[in-house]
Amino acid sequence: MATATATIQGVNWIRLRKKVLSRTTCRGIVSLVGFVVLWEICVRLNVPIIGNVPAPSSVLDALGKQLVSPAYWLSWRDSMIRILTGFVAAQIVGIPIGLMLGVNRMARDTIYPIFEIMRPIPPLAWVPASVIFWPTPELSMIFVTFLGAFFTVVLNIVGGAKSIDIRYIRAAHSLGSTRRDIFWRIMLPATMPSIVVGMTVGMGVTWAVVVAAEMIASQSGLGYLTWRSYVAGEYPVIIIGMLSIGVAGYLSSAGIRVLAGRLTPWLKVR
Amino acid sequence: MSQVKIAAGMGAGEMVVSKVRKGFGVGPLRKEVLCDCSFTLERGRLTVLVGPSGCGKTTLVNALAGYETPDQGTVTIDGKPVHGPGPDRLVVFQETALFPWMTTFENVSYGPRVQRATSDDEISRQTMKLLEVVGLEDFKDKYPAQLSGGMQRRAELVRAMINQPKVMFMDEPFRGLDAMTRSLMQEYYVRLFEEHRGTNLFVTSELEEAIFLADRLVLLTNRPARVKRIIEVCLERPRQFHMLTSRAYLDCKREALELLHEEAMKSFAAGAVNAADFLEACSKMGQDQAQPRTTSCGQDR
Repeated sequence: MATATATIQGVNWIRLRKKVLSRTTCRGIVSLVGFVVLWEICVRLNVPIIGNVPAPSSVLDALGKQLVSPAYWLSWRDSMIRILTGFVAAQIVGIPIGLMLGVNRMARDTIYPIFEIMRPIPPLAWVPASVIFWPTPELSMIFVTFLGAFFTVVLNIVGGAKSIDIRYIRAAHSLGSTRRDIFWRIMLPATMPSIVVGMTVGMGVTWAVVVAAEMIASQSGLGYLTWRSYVAGEYPVIIIGMLSIGVAGYLSSAGIRVLAGRLTPWLKVR
Repeated sequence: MSQVKIAAGMGAGEMVVSKVRKGFGVGPLRKEVLCDCSFTLERGRLTVLVGPSGCGKTTLVNALAGYETPDQGTVTIDGKPVHGPGPDRLVVFQETALFPWMTTFENVSYGPRVQRATSDDEISRQTMKLLEVVGLEDFKDKYPAQLSGGMQRRAELVRAMINQPKVMFMDEPFRGLDAMTRSLMQEYYVRLFEEHRGTNLFVTSELEEAIFLADRLVLLTNRPARVKRIIEVCLERPRQFHMLTSRAYLDCKREALELLHEEAMKSFAAGAVNAADFLEACSKMGQDQAQPRTTSCGQDR
């Protein structure tokens, strides 16, 4: 009995090791470590251009200090709040507008041209204007973040709603659906994949926008942290700022992926 | 009202299609698709619509289902004219039109749920009963993407049947299935029909399938489609695959084949100018096989 358990545990251990330390993972780790080592060597040897970048060792050193500093975590908090507010607002406003434009032809004909004109304007070009017409810089930054996600969301949904297979609508009509049923049970789920794509892309744009906006018009946040470190000459912190933005972006995308799985369970099973 | 064996199934309504005409486009671009189509879907019989591909069979089904209004002519069901789609006439589409975001159970119970005529308990009891009939009870919580082609068609069949439609339209429902699954589905469908004896219209471009299933064949001409002939199929029910070698089957097939071949050739010829040359070349080759093919190029002469 005891030996059997041991074997089972042994098997599990091997399987676990195989899963965690698979060939792909190993290669990834080796490559990452190699990259950092190479970087360190280049800085030590003072190779042109790369030599000007702070060495990994000094970044690690600075990271230790940053991680215990409340200011660093406040930057995280401020950026996250801006992202979440802007992003959520873009969904709340964008999804109904997108659906309305996708479903209602007349609405599309009248309102869509405005979108066509506004869409190519990069969100950052809105910064000066929004600083003027919003009472606080905070609101103007959230507004710019909102814009970044908003157009992506609306355009994706309109595209998705327009391309719904007519057979679904016909089948639903035949089976006795009211207009309400068609919207809630057919149109909305049929557009859900486009909504999810809009969210995923929108989240990417949101981070790009918020970082730049913080550099221009703010006194806090991860973008501001990166920029201030440059101005103050704390070069290792620049790298920490950049990495933090990368990690934050990754975490938000992961969050969206979890949400996407919940919203479109039928796409997961393929 | 109708002789249905289980509560949900196929009903037996009668549809009369008279002088239906339908075209698309305006002015010189106008293309007539249906031209004076008249026939009756008799109560409790399986009518099969056969015609060359692209001849307007789907347009005809759309007109019968109420998705499109005919330019002229009338479509009536049990004496009442058809206005728009409704659960008394249900279509099983080419390829699947199961809603991908609903499980098998949700798909099948969709009709009763939106019609809100019965209680939820009753709906789920009916749904499970029908899923058992088609052997999908273990797949009730799967999404359509997780089902095989044959299972999808069976799910779609019961999604229609649960509403007890007076008439069911099958618009090339087995298209795209592999040969094995296809013949299994034909057998399956013909059993289901023989049990319920509802009014069915089955559309196909395959003659063998058509005769195996049909009580009557409605042969359509090339575009613009009109009814070329109606053939009564004199095979007994229940249908068995060995009937495909019987005398009655072959006679029926020969008759239909001659008519269809004529139409197929016309459609082929209309499709391309080259095709007419090809046909001519074919007939020449038939007359004089020894002649080398290059003669048509003119160089040898």
